[in-house]
Amino acid sequence: MSGFPILSLMLAIPTVAAVGCLFLSPAGARWLALIATLVDFVLGIGLWANFDIGGAQWQFVENAGSVGVFDWKLGIDGFALMLIMLSVFLMPICIGASWVAIEKRVQEYMACFLITEVLMIGTFAAQDLLLFYIFFEAGLIPMYLIIGIWGGANRIYASYKFFLYTLLGSLLMLVAMLWMIHYTGTTDIPTLLKTDFPRQVQTWLWLAFFASFAVKMPMWPVHTWLPDAHVQAPTAGSVILAGVLLKLGGYGFLRFSVPMFPEASSQLTWLILALSAVAVVYTSLVALVQSDMKKLIAYSSVAHMAIVTIGLFAFNQQGIEGAMVMMLSHGLVSGALFLCVGVIYDRLHTREIDRYGGLAINMPRYAVLFLFFTMASIGLPGTSGFVAEFLSLMGTYQVSTVATAICTTGIILGAAYMLYLYRRVVFGDLTKDDVRVMPDLSLREIALLAPVAAVVLWMGVYPESFLAPMRGDVATLVARVDRAKPAGDSLPTAGHAVIPAAHGEAR
Amino acid sequence: MTDSLMMVLPEEILSIGSIVLMLIAAWGGQASTRMISWVAVAVLAGATIALLGPASSGGVAFDGLFRADAFAAFSKVLIYGATAVAILLAPRFFKQTSGDDLRPEYPVLLLLSACGMGMMVSAGDLLVLYVGLELQSLAAYVLASFMRRDTRSAEAGLKYFVLGALASGILLYGISLVYGFSGSTVFPQIATAYGAGHSLGLVFGLVFVFAGLAFKISAVPFHMWTPDVYEGAPTPVTAFFASAPKVAAMGLAVRVAVEAMGPAVDQWRQIVIFASLASIIFGAVAAIGQTNVKRLLAYSSINNVGFVLVGLAAGTQAGVAAVLFYLTVYVVMTLGSFLVVLQMRDAEGQPVETIASLSGMSRTRPGLALAMAIFMFSLAGIPPLLGFNAKLAVFDAATAAGLYPLAVVGFVASVIGAYYYLRVVKVMYFDEPVDAGFPKSGDIVEGGLITAAAVFVSPIGWLLLAPLGLATMAAARSLF
Repeated sequence: MSGFPILSLMLAIPTVAAVGCLFLSPAGARWLALIATLVDFVLGIGLWANFDIGGAQWQFVENAGSVGVFDWKLGIDGFALMLIMLSVFLMPICIGASWVAIEKRVQEYMACFLITEVLMIGTFAAQDLLLFYIFFEAGLIPMYLIIGIWGGANRIYASYKFFLYTLLGSLLMLVAMLWMIHYTGTTDIPTLLKTDFPRQVQTWLWLAFFASFAVKMPMWPVHTWLPDAHVQAPTAGSVILAGVLLKLGGYGFLRFSVPMFPEASSQLTWLILALSAVAVVYTSLVALVQSDMKKLIAYSSVAHMAIVTIGLFAFNQQGIEGAMVMMLSHGLVSGALFLCVGVIYDRLHTREIDRYGGLAINMPRYAVLFLFFTMASIGLPGTSGFVAEFLSLMGTYQVSTVATAICTTGIILGAAYMLYLYRRVVFGDLTKDDVRVMPDLSLREIALLAPVAAVVLWMGVYPESFLAPMRGDVATLVARVDRAKPAGDSLPTAGHAVIPAAHGEAR
Repeated sequence: MTDSLMMVLPEEILSIGSIVLMLIAAWGGQASTRMISWVAVAVLAGATIALLGPASSGGVAFDGLFRADAFAAFSKVLIYGATAVAILLAPRFFKQTSGDDLRPEYPVLLLLSACGMGMMVSAGDLLVLYVGLELQSLAAYVLASFMRRDTRSAEAGLKYFVLGALASGILLYGISLVYGFSGSTVFPQIATAYGAGHSLGLVFGLVFVFAGLAFKISAVPFHMWTPDVYEGAPTPVTAFFASAPKVAAMGLAVRVAVEAMGPAVDQWRQIVIFASLASIIFGAVAAIGQTNVKRLLAYSSINNVGFVLVGLAAGTQAGVAAVLFYLTVYVVMTLGSFLVVLQMRDAEGQPVETIASLSGMSRTRPGLALAMAIFMFSLAGIPPLLGFNAKLAVFDAATAAGLYPLAVVGFVASVIGAYYYLRVVKVMYFDEPVDAGFPKSGDIVEGGLITAAAVFVSPIGWLLLAPLGLATMAAARSLF
């Protein structure tokens, strides 16, 4: 497959389909979007199948030459491959989730989704700093439209907040990028990854990148756009937001902050750990008192993303692998949870938790799948969530035992709010008439949820499939940052020899 | 002498063409309007073709009074193009104004203005600069009040004239100071005087010259006239004001800054940075409360001038190239936006200008709404649209010159600006349609121009980045 521009093709197909959607009937647009995303998924499988594990760091590299100030240069490593797989896997599911829920302006909706897919794949595949920025930032436009046009009652506020918040962070990053370009004279990411930036400047650059990625991630305390955006977005919008767009922040830390500025990362690890620890506890407690299902899952996303950040800044293999698995796992699980919420929202048109209850009685199949994803979110062994949390926390333990201890409470709190949600929605008596008449999952809905469940199980039982492509990159990354590795407080310290007891010898 | 005459060929074509057309208009009367408009466009095309000759590469004409270099040629292409669009926009607009028909003087005045603007960007002497500026301005004052029965238009013309005259006075005062302390009005000799040493008189002259120029480019704090004039003037004239004269005045400012006052870069950089940041911030904040589209675009132009000045503040070759690139993209975005504004009409065909009337345009006129959304996102500087590349270019130049604080503040302020551009998109896409929407014009010229502008700004325009980069770099090189 080498030499064949498969990445460009994966970008071109949804682009063409997006333009095509605008000229079709609603039904035609749905089918075209589904076909285009499925073709991209098949191409993605081709990508994975042909990815040479243990081979070159950058594969499927293509360089179409200079476009003005930047180069059209694409290529992927293991991290990018897995995140692209996540995107192309979730995309057909999103289209399917909007099949009947979206009734107005279907053509534009499908076009927005396809453009989003292009931009996400582009962000992960870009090997040019400015090209990365363009894809990264352009994703704001379709998401703004998706939230603003098809969202809920308070959609306008949410769309503005989402847009302006993320824009502000990104522009600071752009200034840092300009500095890096002037310093090195190149926009090539693989070259920049090998560049050692001066210590003094690293901190500033790191903070500028942090401004962007922390908002995207989102980290406490700049997470407030997320619950608003999630609650107001349509179901598929939430899926893609939680599933892939939040990963852009994590990917950014992984691709830029940590390997490019190791000293600054090490120096500021305390900041990341502190913010993450606060995030885990705070957002979990907030999630506990939510009355809106989507908001609850949105807050749980913030808590889970905090586990990603602590893993990323653990400077060791377990932490980074855990963070990556967390990103993949969270993308699947929270996406599926939003789909589960969407299923009952489509029937009753409310997200109030109190309006439901007793669904286990009339929607048994739904109850089973919902339970599965609830457990995956909590991190039950056998699901992907367990692998992710375990690896990530194990990695972090080597850096900071305190932060790990605090973040581990997130697992307990997570179990609390998820089970509490599940109990209120699914268990209990079936007292409400309108809830009683809700039909169980349709074939379409099962077809959407079952593949996600299968992958979550696969990742939980045999994570090696997902870890193998990334292993080489993790090793490269760890070797790169090894020189700045923080000491950590979990190493065994030399003990003091016991003072031999005096055996009663007379003095 | 013939060499010099060949180098000013575009100006000759424009001035002779406009005089001949004026005579035709005098005898032909109202009936000749349509013909004169098309001939005027042809004259502009002829002047553009004439740029291929010595007019773009000749160097110095009339003993240093006039420059015929790549920088001037690049600016002139933009100026002539924008003027031609302004001529093409007019007929349909004036058809609907009550009692104010399009008169044949309209294209003639635009031609004269274009001639003046050509002289501005080619000036190698402070007096040529002033003559060009006045030729452009006097034509513009008349154009602003072209709808004679409309009081807003008359007010716009008068306001523009009074404040414009004041600015010209400030500029002339500055020129006289510079002349007095340097002993010359020719740019290279002025530069020598600035290079020779610190002189308070020269610094004062510099401040006054820049203040006068700031008025012409409507940079804060000399922007007060802009919203009123833009709102009152007929929309095609507003489109013209927002595009061609901006290019001319910026080109002029760049040339004066680099060629005449190059050695005093540390002095004028402070002024430029202040005007730049003030324009960016004020243009963004003041636009938030606007309800009229034309006023909104007026503040948007103030905001954009701030970004152009970021490139000038760098004071380097890359900075000048970035200025030209920004101006190119800006002219296309602005003309495109005004073309959309021209399509805004109620059921009777009367122009409407409120932002609220755009409600739900994505339902009633999806194509037009898409074009407007592209222009708005591009003006906000969101990738992958070309407006982002333009902002990137100026900030790239500024950071290369070490002006990091300027870049950070400028970028942060651009987030404020993004808000009101987003508001237009929000009204078009998120709000429900208020009525049947704007009637379709069916005008091929306007539709074609909107499409061309939208395609240029869209990612398809990336294909043009490389050639544009070469052209702007060549133009910038001719100044240094």
